[in-house]
Amino acid sequence: MTTHFIAHETIDTVGVVVVEKVLAGQEISGWIMETDETVSIKALAEVPLGHKLALTDIKTEDTIVKYGNDIGRAVEDIPKGGYVHVQNVKTKRW
Amino acid sequence: MEKWANSFYGFRRENGRVGVRNHVVILPVDDISNAAAEMVGHNIKGTLAIPHSYGRLQFGADLDLFFSTIIGTGRNPNVAAVIVIGIEPGWTKRVVDGIAATGKPVTGFSIEGRGDIATVAEASRKAQEYVQWATELQREQCPLSDLWISVKCGESDTTSGLGSNPTVGNLMDKLDPLGVHLCFGETSELTGAEQVCATRAANDEAKTKFLKTWNDYNDFILENKTNDLSESQPTKGNIAGGLTTIEEKAFGNLQKIGHETNFIDVLEPAEEPTKGPGLYFMDTSSAAAECVTLQAAAGFTVHLFPTGQGNVIGNPIEPVIKLSANPKTAATMGEHIDLDVSGILKRELNLDQAGDELINITVRTANGRHTCAESLGHREFVMTKLFRSA
Repeated sequence: MTTHFIAHETIDTVGVVVVEKVLAGQEISGWIMETDETVSIKALAEVPLGHKLALTDIKTEDTIVKYGNDIGRAVEDIPKGGYVHVQNVKTKRW
Repeated sequence: MEKWANSFYGFRRENGRVGVRNHVVILPVDDISNAAAEMVGHNIKGTLAIPHSYGRLQFGADLDLFFSTIIGTGRNPNVAAVIVIGIEPGWTKRVVDGIAATGKPVTGFSIEGRGDIATVAEASRKAQEYVQWATELQREQCPLSDLWISVKCGESDTTSGLGSNPTVGNLMDKLDPLGVHLCFGETSELTGAEQVCATRAANDEAKTKFLKTWNDYNDFILENKTNDLSESQPTKGNIAGGLTTIEEKAFGNLQKIGHETNFIDVLEPAEEPTKGPGLYFMDTSSAAAECVTLQAAAGFTVHLFPTGQGNVIGNPIEPVIKLSANPKTAATMGEHIDLDVSGILKRELNLDQAGDELINITVRTANGRHTCAESLGHREFVMTKLFRSA
């Protein structure tokens, strides 16, 4: 079975697409590296290789979690399966 | 049976260190001696001239770093012998003396009072003698503990954090217990993960030194930034690859030191480690060529460089092994990638296997196999400049 995305840890709120791209509306399957479990979600946007999608509903100002750690904050609501990148997430550093 | 060789073949130098290359280097002390150094490099086949942009009117800490970089480059065990050429005799002798302390053959020449042509003639004769001597040196079998391995990633993307950086981390977790010297740096690119990184110090002294180093850097950035670093950190290449914030980049970066390996000391830029085998953190720029140049000057002999989008870097004296987990990069830039670990993303390769493959290519490179960067002539040598000259 194709692995469309990978997440590092179970508490991560984003996963990384590891196929050329996933399409809006596509049912996709992911691998959680920490526990070796497989999960499925529906992609809501086209997301290219190496880019992230939300694994849960994310609200404005929520912390984005990857590697089990804080990697920034949402600046708008992002639905589960949505595309997560510089348009909706900012650093907390500057 | 071991999955990888437990020894390699290297050149044991006068001071006991082991080199994996056997360069006769023509080292200019300053920018205006580059022409003479390159002429000697052209005259005598088998030599390697390393031109650079600095060495005049520097002072204070900036001058100290200049000397430790240039002297450290000559001292590196990948270098068999050195010809030093400077405009005047004083600083030329200072560089010669710093290199000579290793016991390796080194001779200095200065240009003032006789000009390039006479200097080049005399230096060429000595260079020819050195090459003929060095080419008779034989490799001998050495334990892996004689390897000094530095790491730095570049043109990173999310595949770096998923695949190529954890592969380097897996190698570290396997080689650290064998007594290998290891080094990571990139002070600026640990921003966002600095507190987690600090927990990886092996002792309180290393932890305090690390946090002070990072805080000094951060103060400098806050003082000098014009708006924010959003265009530079992450870089445009990083963002194209899917990295969104400096924190995300930092946690991906930190995967390079594995899970179990702790750093035993913090080094100044280009400082030679003195606390024995283990992992060291060096205060470096995150610009690839600057970082590798500093690590090579500290005596590291093999470099591991994970890349996502495809950095093409090499170094004149320290072979740079590049690996990538990005299948597009491995396919479109294959001539730059020594190890393709994109199988990790397809779950065809696990980190344990990828780490073994990386150890294998590292040993083969140490034995003499040319890296992609060496075969393509990448010899980026970039000094770190701390402040303006006098």
